[in-house]
Amino acid sequence: MSQVEQSLELDAPAARELLARDENAVLVDVRGEDEWAGGFIPGAVLVPLRELTERIGDVVPDRSRNVVLYCAVGARSLRGARALAELGYERPVSLAGGIVDWLTRGYPSTLERTLEPEQRERYSRHVLIPEVGEAGQLKLLDTSMLLIGAGGLGSPSALYLAAAGVGRLGIVDDDVVDESNLQRQVLHSTARLGEPKAESAKRTLTELNPDVEVLTFQERITSENVDRILAEGWDVIVDGADNFPTRYLINDASVWHDIPVVHGSIYRFEGQTTVFKPHDGPCYRCLFPQPPPPELAPSCAEGGVLGVLPGVIGSLQANEALKLALGAGDPLIGRLLLFDALSTSFTEVAIRRDAGCPVCGDNPTITEYVDYVQFCAAQ
Amino acid sequence: MTTVRIPPTLRPDADGQREVTAGGSTVREVLGEVGERFPRLGARILDNGNIAAFVNVYVGGEDIRTQDGLETAVAEGSTVILLPAMAGGAG
Repeated sequence: MSQVEQSLELDAPAARELLARDENAVLVDVRGEDEWAGGFIPGAVLVPLRELTERIGDVVPDRSRNVVLYCAVGARSLRGARALAELGYERPVSLAGGIVDWLTRGYPSTLERTLEPEQRERYSRHVLIPEVGEAGQLKLLDTSMLLIGAGGLGSPSALYLAAAGVGRLGIVDDDVVDESNLQRQVLHSTARLGEPKAESAKRTLTELNPDVEVLTFQERITSENVDRILAEGWDVIVDGADNFPTRYLINDASVWHDIPVVHGSIYRFEGQTTVFKPHDGPCYRCLFPQPPPPELAPSCAEGGVLGVLPGVIGSLQANEALKLALGAGDPLIGRLLLFDALSTSFTEVAIRRDAGCPVCGDNPTITEYVDYVQFCAAQ
Repeated sequence: MTTVRIPPTLRPDADGQREVTAGGSTVREVLGEVGERFPRLGARILDNGNIAAFVNVYVGGEDIRTQDGLETAVAEGSTVILLPAMAGGAG
């Protein structure tokens, strides 16, 4: 390339700097109307290359001005810059690499945002699915999900949600990694024994996918802190709690904050999952108005659980959470899915919104947090 | 006959069985027969002639609370599911 040709081109950083520095500089898009309609660099005027020599006198009467031309990748705009130089323009330049290179650098445009090249590779199997595609993947990257518990259910769901590129994951867990957890809690490892589960989860998820921002809440969710935690702005709550007081608390809070909850619970060989979408379907209290008496409510620590069971139910929860974020398919709203690992069978039962529900019903009687431990013990 | 599925937490009250069969044309009749054979189970799930509040009962995939309660018809060969809430998840 000759010296003259070189002076007719500017790379994107130099062009951006010139446009920022010289407010009289004119940015000209020499592509066609169709391309322009798909998005352009803010501040540009459209003068298609075939009309350039004819119209440039009206658009830029002052031939001493800086004129930056661009097209898709820089070929047409270089021809345009040569044409302007021949017309006597003193400083015409072509944006090398065009708007494509400009966008790749993340510079502003009116175009819809696109995936970075590495993201296009990482999420290529999602992008190939019509129900997801590039737009869906961008939606996932903009989605925030809060996981209650980084244990049995939280492990598989968090791993799949992070791998899927859900942009922001919150992890609430006040526990530390114990040897008895490792039979099923695949977020953690032998090397992490004694570490807070929230921190261990954050390390695993960030190593899996650096696109994901992980917020940790090393505390047990209670009536006192639930509003603060939910105020961080979550699109979906994935409930993998291990006790009834937390389940009822999450339910009431989610109804009042209007956040859908993907519910999962497990015991021995059996699991349940459903989606509670406030005001759109039933809530946890519509399904289970009362918890069982304490002697019929053993935890997995007391009664045991097959290690792979949370893998099945937690993965189903991740599936529901992703569908909610994408707006794809039919989520398990108003449907409770029961899984029996011994018979390897799924059963679905209907759940209906209860108009008399004390929290989401027509005339709610519970309108603020109660003492959930006492509520569950009193049954 | 009707198959009645027993949840894990209630199995100790039903000789450890995962499901039992019983006759009857309504939920009341079916669960009544189950309660006669397993009195401790009967006492748990039936409370003064009503279903205990912590147990959901499904016939044909529908909660009997949204049907005719204990008078909900049970067709021959159908399955009745007893389902209390389960808490487990993280621990």
